[in-house]
Amino acid sequence: MNPMRLRGLINKESRQIIRDPSSIGIAFFLPVLLLLIFGYGVSLDARNVPLALVVEKNSPQAMSLVSGFSRSDYFLPIPMRTIQEAEQAMMRRQVDGIIWLRHDFAREMLTGGKAPIGVIVNGVDANKARLIEGYVTGVWFNWLQRMKKAMGQELKIPVTVEHRVWFNAAVSSRDYLVPGLIAIIMTLIGAMLTSMVVAREWERGTMEALMVTPVSMKEVIASKIVPYFVLGMGGMLLSVLMAVFLFQVPLRGSMLPLILSSSLFMLTAINMGLFISVAAKSQFVAGQIAIVITFLPAFILSGFVFDIRTMPVVIQWLTHLVAARYFVDILQTLFLAGDIWPLFLINSAWLCLMALVFLVIIRKKSRKLLE
Amino acid sequence: MNEKKTGTAEDIVLSVSGLSKHFRVGKRTITALADVSFQVKRGIVTGLIGPDGAGKTTLMRLACGLLLPDSGSVTVLGLDATRQPLAVQQSIGYMPQRFGLYEDLTVQENLDLYADLHNVPMKERPDRYDRLLHMTGLAPFTGRLAGRLSGGMKQKLGIACALVSPPPLLILDEPTVGVDPVSRRELWDIVYSQVKERGMSVLLATAYLDEAERCREVVLLHEGRFLGQDTPQAFSSRLVNRTFTIHPRGSGNRRQLLRQLRDHRETVDAIILGDALRLVTRTSMTPEEAAGIFAIDPAQWQLEASRPRFEDSFIDKLEREKEKEGGGGSGLRAIKAGAVQAKGDGPAILVRDLRRDFGDFCAVKNLSFTVQRGEIFGLLGANGAGKTTTFRMLCGLLPATSGTLQVAGHNLRVARAPARARIGYMAQKFSLYSDLTVRQNLVFFSSAYGLSGKRQKERIRWALESFELTELQNNESGELPLGYKQRLALAAALMHEPEILFLDEPTSGIDPLARREFWGHINALAAAGVTVMVTTHFMEEASYCDNLVIMARGQVLAAGSPSELTARFSTPDNPEPSMEDTFIHLIETFEQQEAATGKTTGGRP
Amino acid sequence: MLRKILALMKKEFRTILKNKKSRMVLIIPPIAQILVFGYSASFDLNNVPYAVYNEDPGLASRQLLARFSGVPEFAKVATITRDSGIAPLINEKKVMLVLHIGPDFTRNLNRGRTAKLQVILDGRNSNSALISLNYVRDIVKSFNMQWAARHGMQPVPAQLVVRSWFNETLNSHWFIIPGIVALLALVVTLEVTALSVAKEREAGTFDQLLVTPMTPLEILIGKSLPGFIIGFVEATFIIAMTILWFHVPFRGSFLVLYTGIFAFLLSAIGIGLMISAISVTQQQGLMGAFLFLVPAVILSGFATPIENMPQFVQYITYLNPMRYFLIIVRASFLEGASFSLLWNLYWPMVIIGIVTLSAAGILFRNRMY
Repeated sequence: MNPMRLRGLINKESRQIIRDPSSIGIAFFLPVLLLLIFGYGVSLDARNVPLALVVEKNSPQAMSLVSGFSRSDYFLPIPMRTIQEAEQAMMRRQVDGIIWLRHDFAREMLTGGKAPIGVIVNGVDANKARLIEGYVTGVWFNWLQRMKKAMGQELKIPVTVEHRVWFNAAVSSRDYLVPGLIAIIMTLIGAMLTSMVVAREWERGTMEALMVTPVSMKEVIASKIVPYFVLGMGGMLLSVLMAVFLFQVPLRGSMLPLILSSSLFMLTAINMGLFISVAAKSQFVAGQIAIVITFLPAFILSGFVFDIRTMPVVIQWLTHLVAARYFVDILQTLFLAGDIWPLFLINSAWLCLMALVFLVIIRKKSRKLLE
Repeated sequence: MNEKKTGTAEDIVLSVSGLSKHFRVGKRTITALADVSFQVKRGIVTGLIGPDGAGKTTLMRLACGLLLPDSGSVTVLGLDATRQPLAVQQSIGYMPQRFGLYEDLTVQENLDLYADLHNVPMKERPDRYDRLLHMTGLAPFTGRLAGRLSGGMKQKLGIACALVSPPPLLILDEPTVGVDPVSRRELWDIVYSQVKERGMSVLLATAYLDEAERCREVVLLHEGRFLGQDTPQAFSSRLVNRTFTIHPRGSGNRRQLLRQLRDHRETVDAIILGDALRLVTRTSMTPEEAAGIFAIDPAQWQLEASRPRFEDSFIDKLEREKEKEGGGGSGLRAIKAGAVQAKGDGPAILVRDLRRDFGDFCAVKNLSFTVQRGEIFGLLGANGAGKTTTFRMLCGLLPATSGTLQVAGHNLRVARAPARARIGYMAQKFSLYSDLTVRQNLVFFSSAYGLSGKRQKERIRWALESFELTELQNNESGELPLGYKQRLALAAALMHEPEILFLDEPTSGIDPLARREFWGHINALAAAGVTVMVTTHFMEEASYCDNLVIMARGQVLAAGSPSELTARFSTPDNPEPSMEDTFIHLIETFEQQEAATGKTTGGRP
Repeated sequence: MLRKILALMKKEFRTILKNKKSRMVLIIPPIAQILVFGYSASFDLNNVPYAVYNEDPGLASRQLLARFSGVPEFAKVATITRDSGIAPLINEKKVMLVLHIGPDFTRNLNRGRTAKLQVILDGRNSNSALISLNYVRDIVKSFNMQWAARHGMQPVPAQLVVRSWFNETLNSHWFIIPGIVALLALVVTLEVTALSVAKEREAGTFDQLLVTPMTPLEILIGKSLPGFIIGFVEATFIIAMTILWFHVPFRGSFLVLYTGIFAFLLSAIGIGLMISAISVTQQQGLMGAFLFLVPAVILSGFATPIENMPQFVQYITYLNPMRYFLIIVRASFLEGASFSLLWNLYWPMVIIGIVTLSAAGILFRNRMY
């Protein structure tokens, strides 16, 4: 590598970036926009779930259960007179669940029978249904304890579950989704920034002019990586700042692993983009490939929303091809858990491997020939 | 071994021997070069001349080490281009066809980049930049983005970048394509100055045959084969007594005469040149013999011998090549166009005070002209003169800001659709569906014009036959050679037998043979009563028109018939100025005026 | 007019299906995606890796733990004996949860006191944490019932009797896979339409088209139809896969579903053509399609419920046709819903379609320089 040539190329590339508002936009505007939309838009925590409450006959017991639901943040109870009315509301998707206390509820309770509390949830969104079920169970359990206490008794339950959720005591899904989002967004941005830059040179004919000068392809590749890396890291910094200050996600890890892994990931994403660009030779095809192979796989197979550990084994193997998965893992850990080196090292090693493989392919694919 | 080579390389800078190169496109193998051998001498301009697909670009890329030959060798400045590409690339300057200027970098930044890439030491730079910028006239524009330069200036910057580290051998691939005559002249001046001052050797590919005469030596290529190498004078001298000019005496119809000449088997080439016709014959003869053989009516026409040009010999050579292949001189046959009945009367196109603004930039201002039915009307101008904008307005693709626009009797501001049914339009570049076959394109466009049933079938058959596309009808149109693409585009524009045909730079980038053939079709259409409106920057083509308008910066500089226009600039030194002289003269005068008024009003560039 | 439209449509189809590559783009990714995403996109947990930290020598704790090893939801990967063993397992994601049973678990149970099962969960994926916690609770609940019955304990006075409608086993595949119908139909139609005008603009053929006597309406219809047909075919294919391969029950009527597909495709094609008409180059078209697609997927309720979004984001989602169609697909599959329950989901898509198509038609002619 000749320093003057490399400098000349990097200068050129940087100037092109500065002149082209779209790459600045992709690097800075897009992450902010996406992080805003997703950060606010993506949440798995059900809050204010509309719930139909059917109390066929009023009683103190029923009233206290109803008040339990009213006081819960999770529910927005809507009183209804008949179960038919509630079922209609559920069909119309006005409520996500029904609590049904029959007219003999109080009597059965007092006679010591197991008074049934009918719970019907809309199971279409199974995840939400399960969460609702959990929240209902919580309300029910608290209510039981209150009832017993009011009677001066202790609730006798053989085994109670006491849980401690590490790293995310409030069990806020945003805290785990936002770090994942950063990984997804940076995958998109790294690939979008670079997937077209080599193809662009082919298309505009500048590659041919470049190739008859004494530059080596190594210099050309390096000159493409360096400026976009700087740009991508800028976008990354912005995203991390937004996560910490706007979305209030705790950042428990230290800066060194954060910077190291971000750099590694950026390098992988840029190399992947360059690889697409080198392979495609047309900006259009490159853009198309970049979108197909980045967004949906990163969205679904990275562990960002859907837990990789629950996927079938074959698909778990497949996820190893998705660079975002390693970074999602690193970021979720760094943000919520802190520096956990074994995890960090394994994921970083994978990222290194991917970056290297891409680099080798790029080098092989970009010979200084027009054929 | 090296020493031996440098010994012979004393006056040979490029030596090609037995060079062959094939490409695979889909399932077909295309022979780009077949056993080509020649040598380029030091210190002169050597022209590489050949029609499209002759292998010019492939040859140049091989010489730069950007492609690997299938067989044979290329030696550049004593270096083997295949084995030592880096060494070759270090020592030559190459400007590809579409020079890769970074359009988002300024003139200065482009120069800096190439200086860095060629390792030009910092302290030598100011001096060298100064000279290059001065020579190319780009000095006032160093801070301007390359993308904002005119086509001519871009090419000059391209050359400047290739010269930033002065190479002993400069390779230029069609540097003057798409460049207006003024810039073309300046580009040649730059090339000459390098040869004269630095003893640089230049290899230059071109499709402009008049440029061949500016080269010291010429290498002819055709379909990958080497046809000959000599001085242009030597080439043209072979045609002594075979070239004639036919001047009008009475009111004879020159298109009819042209047809008559073209149909004769003694004719190699016949073209319209302003009011006159030019004829190249197969065998040498005296003017009297020629007048007899071609049955020229002396009352109407006067036939006299003229000096052969390089172009004539080139056409002759190619025609002979074609005959050898058994194709027969097909290039001159013209289509049979059915007579067009003009609906309504009055002029075909009427333009009054036409104006078009883009933001605060005025692309066309106060344009007025009239096109009569059945004439070929030319619109000439440098790049950015407003030709394309005018054209788009005439076709109803772009609304005018103000002014009157009548096409085929319809006011385009209110009645676009009926006007559109009566016009045919062929865009600047090939703009048919390249992933459809020839036939599918014709079917689609005829349906889009509302043709159906028997008439549609008839028109498609007519198009395939007239344009000799029958054999290719199932080929993908994107894979056709450029000349055929152009034919197909013309065919598609003619499916509905339009009264008016709009052609936007129809012949740019196609070779002289195809160009001649194309004009044959246009002449036949005009003879059948079709009004043809054409833009071009080939000045020779301007003289094929009946009337023309020369534009610059959105204004009309001059209007009239070609002979009227050239007559205006007749001087004692140059009694018969060419169209190119006329054009350059007009533009230069205009620019001086602009500069003068610009100074007084402090106007914008 | 019909002839011209048909000619244009035929031409569009030819350019789309001409070469192998572009045919493959329409065939391979949908199959691959429905298969991969169909299996991977799920909130259900299987084989949740857990560790046991049992300090209790008694029988009861072993009985309880036996229940965990007997179900497919859980997979024991480690047994630890010290407090300090917990952190490394969880930190390094070796386990998702640790079940901790104190030394007096059996004793407490036998004395009729409440015994504690402590669950330590990895909260980095809070959703998985909550769901696995629910699984733990389910197991403990059934253990409790059995224990109470066997030891004659007084049952709790009121029991929850939970039933879930439409998806009795709460299989989240049933939720996600029908959603993929919407996702892929959107991607494919955008792919077909978003570049169709830009591509012609770049090649110069759009001018050639505009100088023919075809009206913008004819061009619009001719350009929309291939998107419709391809969209219908792909949607049908994915629906068939959903029903036949993934065995998601189809309880509604195909008429309801296909009316929804029609309205959805109308809006998707409108958006695609509008993006295409705005862009001058294919690149811009691609970018536009992408910038629409990403938020449209995220803010559609495909993976995360719209109701959880802040109010202003919810307002934005009203502009997203996928939001409406997702409900129609899921309702058709699982709820067996009829028109009367869904009619208010059709017209927003039709309006989006009409508005965007009109905009595209206007832009065809007025944006060309």
